[in-house]
Amino acid sequence: MITTDILIIGAGPTGLFAVFEAGLLKLKCHLIDALEQPGGQCAELYPKKPIYDIPGFPEVLAGDLVTNLMEQIKPFQPGFTLGERAQTIEKQEDGSFIVTTNKGTKHHAKIVAIAGGLGSFEPRKPELANIAMYEGHGVNYMIKDPEVYRDKRVVIAGGGDSALDWSIFLANVASEVTLVHRREEFRGALDSVEKVSDLVNKGKIKLYTPAEVTAINGDGKVASVHITVYDQAKRIEAIDCDAFIPLFGLSPKLGPIGDWGLEIEKNAIKVDNTLDYQTNIPGIYAIGDVNTYPGKLKLILCGFHEATLMCQSAYQRIFPNKKYVMKYTTVGGIDGFDGSRKEAEKAVIKKIENAHV
Amino acid sequence: MSDITVHIIDREGVKHTVEAPTDMAMNIMELCKVYELPVEAFCGGTAMCATCQCYIISDHDLGERNDDEQAMLWEAQNVKENSRLGCQLPISEAMDGLVIELAPEA
Repeated sequence: MITTDILIIGAGPTGLFAVFEAGLLKLKCHLIDALEQPGGQCAELYPKKPIYDIPGFPEVLAGDLVTNLMEQIKPFQPGFTLGERAQTIEKQEDGSFIVTTNKGTKHHAKIVAIAGGLGSFEPRKPELANIAMYEGHGVNYMIKDPEVYRDKRVVIAGGGDSALDWSIFLANVASEVTLVHRREEFRGALDSVEKVSDLVNKGKIKLYTPAEVTAINGDGKVASVHITVYDQAKRIEAIDCDAFIPLFGLSPKLGPIGDWGLEIEKNAIKVDNTLDYQTNIPGIYAIGDVNTYPGKLKLILCGFHEATLMCQSAYQRIFPNKKYVMKYTTVGGIDGFDGSRKEAEKAVIKKIENAHV
Repeated sequence: MSDITVHIIDREGVKHTVEAPTDMAMNIMELCKVYELPVEAFCGGTAMCATCQCYIISDHDLGERNDDEQAMLWEAQNVKENSRLGCQLPISEAMDGLVIELAPEA
């Protein structure tokens, strides 16, 4: 059981910044995210795209914003449960919560802050009748540990960055890599496209375009796939393989959080924006893109503000009788849980001698 | 600069006739959002999610798909010849009377 003060569901920019604000109040945080890396949409969807409305940053790449936030919160030693989706929540008699993920990891926290953006990212699946029965038996929609594919025959489908990057990577790990895409054109970083075409020329990647995987065969696990090639003959080829990895991108779903008894309006969680972004369940807050209230704007900068007020309210909830006053970081500095301390340089008070008088 | 009229058929087949400003740098995806039509657009208009995919029903010439839009539509589902991404269609006076239909939810 992982125990913490504030359990943050969603490790996007809002969730990450909440760790900082909580840290100033000496509250510990742990984050759960369905993706394998922190950063949410910024890291998954558009790491190389610029953002222009982060105060103080005339321009910052989404990926760099995440890197900076991770650096900023490092002294507060947040815990992470990545690649798992928050599934159930149970309120305890003492008012705390136990949140369990789809993999069974349990988290015990005094406060739950949902910073889930548009929900957890779920892979888009190809429309193949029997694909569900092969999931986990040769079919996977994300690659967690590439070593699983060492000396295996792998078929990858897709035309974006992840299909390209994994084909390149697995070309040196798997015994055979076949890349299938509906079009001859790929959408990715120029460098990746060039590397793949080089590996195709060297015979290290077998490329089928324009083509589609149209059937999966095998007894209990993937043994081969049928690839329909959209040339004039419209031929179908059977490829023997151990794994089929469709990489068709991810789409967010609010998912199980929708069944937690929270008040939902238009796929977002209703909160009290006059005070602290608390939901209809005391002790559960919703911050960032996942919440809604009159005048809501889905902006990162608004998420930062919401995270800050949420932490103040969480503190009062955890320590109802403690007197607390907000401190400016410039005045109080930052005391990390790791023993580190950052503070403003002290001004010197020193007399300046004047020989001319 | 004046408002134009756009007809949007939602996923239940209901036709919504709406006024669209041509001087607000707005696109078709944003127009749907303004009128609270069920377009999710979680990528925020970067041609990364295809949840604003629509079919162009009237015979307006909206030009070619741009590269990002084309690449997204290769990967999306329910794509037809007349598919476009609403987020890549800036509203202009030439669109007056445009009829579009929202593609099924991805």
